[in-house]
Amino acid sequence: MSGMSGAVALNTFREAVRDRVLYNLILFALLMIGAAVLVGQISIGIERLVIINLGLSAISVFGLVMAIFIGVGLVYKEIEKRTLYSLLARPVRRWEFLVGKYVGLLLTLVVNILLMSVGLAAALFAVGRPLLRSDLSILTAIYFIVLELALVIAVAIFFSCFSTPMLSALFTLAIYIAGVFAWEIRDFGALVHSPAVHLAVRVVYYTLPNFHNFNIIAAVGHAERVPFSLIWQNTLYALLYVTLLLLASATVFSRSNLK
Amino acid sequence: MALPVIEILGLTKDFPTGFWRKRMRRSLDGLTLAVEEGEIFGFLGPNGAGKTTTLKLLMGLIFPTAGTAHILGRSIDDTQMHREIGYLPEQPYFYDYLTARELLDYYARFFGYGAAERRQRVARMLERVGLADAGGVQLRKFSKGMLQRVGIAQAILHDPRVIFLDEPMSGLDPIGRREVRDIILGLKRQGRTVFFSTHILSDAEMICDRVGVLHLGKLRGVGAPGEILSMESHGMEILFEMRAGRALPADLLPRAAQTGQRYRIEVPEAELYGVLEQLRDCEARILSLAPVRPSLEDYFLRLVESPAATPAVEEPVR
Repeated sequence: MSGMSGAVALNTFREAVRDRVLYNLILFALLMIGAAVLVGQISIGIERLVIINLGLSAISVFGLVMAIFIGVGLVYKEIEKRTLYSLLARPVRRWEFLVGKYVGLLLTLVVNILLMSVGLAAALFAVGRPLLRSDLSILTAIYFIVLELALVIAVAIFFSCFSTPMLSALFTLAIYIAGVFAWEIRDFGALVHSPAVHLAVRVVYYTLPNFHNFNIIAAVGHAERVPFSLIWQNTLYALLYVTLLLLASATVFSRSNLK
Repeated sequence: MALPVIEILGLTKDFPTGFWRKRMRRSLDGLTLAVEEGEIFGFLGPNGAGKTTTLKLLMGLIFPTAGTAHILGRSIDDTQMHREIGYLPEQPYFYDYLTARELLDYYARFFGYGAAERRQRVARMLERVGLADAGGVQLRKFSKGMLQRVGIAQAILHDPRVIFLDEPMSGLDPIGRREVRDIILGLKRQGRTVFFSTHILSDAEMICDRVGVLHLGKLRGVGAPGEILSMESHGMEILFEMRAGRALPADLLPRAAQTGQRYRIEVPEAELYGVLEQLRDCEARILSLAPVRPSLEDYFLRLVESPAATPAVEEPVR
């Protein structure tokens, strides 16, 4: 990442902090405290499962909401408020600006997720359960959430380069939902006999980002081991997809007329 | 002969209008212009004339439909050229969650200055635009005039050789306008080139070496403010008093404006001596005799009122 992108990224992070984006952590903390108190009373022997499932799901949902709703406004807001004018009058290339905005939001989410993870660990500790070696897979699940959100931000930024925040949010959400059900789309293709439809479904399946592979919350809840191959495959997949999406965004954005 | 600092050749910009049936509206039409090093160049025109479009094209914020432009000999597509230029957008808006000091520090980072250098520059700029005491205040608490000053500070923060200012006096009170004029004149003394758009003609008249008048996307005239004025047909204004019991000649009466004992009359230069003789004959007391200098404002208004008028001065490339 260039120094230009770094400066933009730090400012994006600062903006998020000053816009009180991290206030969602209070809600998360309340949720965790409530859950810890509640499972202590109603569940026998499944505290770990409930807390892990609830905690990781909350981290994922909170992150997703932030990634979509901040992501779609990242570029649009700078154009709409014309703050981009002064910035692009400096020796900053448009792609450097885009990468900076992307990294800035990713940094915001990573910090957010790290703090929520501490909350999750505290909740697990509160229900009186010793930490086990298998709990390391919780970290893997959190890492996958980061990868998933890295991909969601890239999708949101791509749409925001040529669309309004409202439409971009809808498109990004639609892509996310379709991506979560990517396997179902593939299976649907297998049921159809028409070669044309089969081909179309395969194209859609391979084009859509596959979010299904990032979700290992249920497996982690049951203390299942996460294969190492999945970790590097997911990492590579997210890296490749994010790079392609940022390249596409930069291509669109580099020739667009600002208002 | 030195290359012009700003060289614009046939710059044209069309914008699509309409939702269903897209049509193109020409916002800038074949602008050709050159600005020399060290000049203060005023870019005049009413709202919608194409001034901001021109500046946005030069800054690479929008892309031309046709034509090219070079700044300091480098294409406007060259981002590195931006190290040498500064830009104040029209009605600037900055990140309002930052303080003025943080904003300038942020912009200074793009030029690779170290922390100490950035601190010094930011402090110097805040002092220069009269915001030394407001450096720690968030921009959301700034008035429009203060934001304009921050805008000027960020435009000259890195000592650029060419400075583009879009309506720099807009939103400022008379004192603020004078301060901005002083800053611009100070930049000229340092050998900088300043290209600024304005519709406040008196400001342009006061400080510009040359002005260009843009109307409906077309350049209607370029020249020194005085040069543009000298193109107008001048007359003379005579101010005089009549002695008691003396009457003004009947043919002058309809042309004279009376205030008490005093009369004011405007005559074409060709008739001047004839009228003066008439006044001498009736023992009028001449108080003053001055050329009627149409202001740039008059010139400007005439252009606006007659869009099809032939350009008064056409000097596209020097």
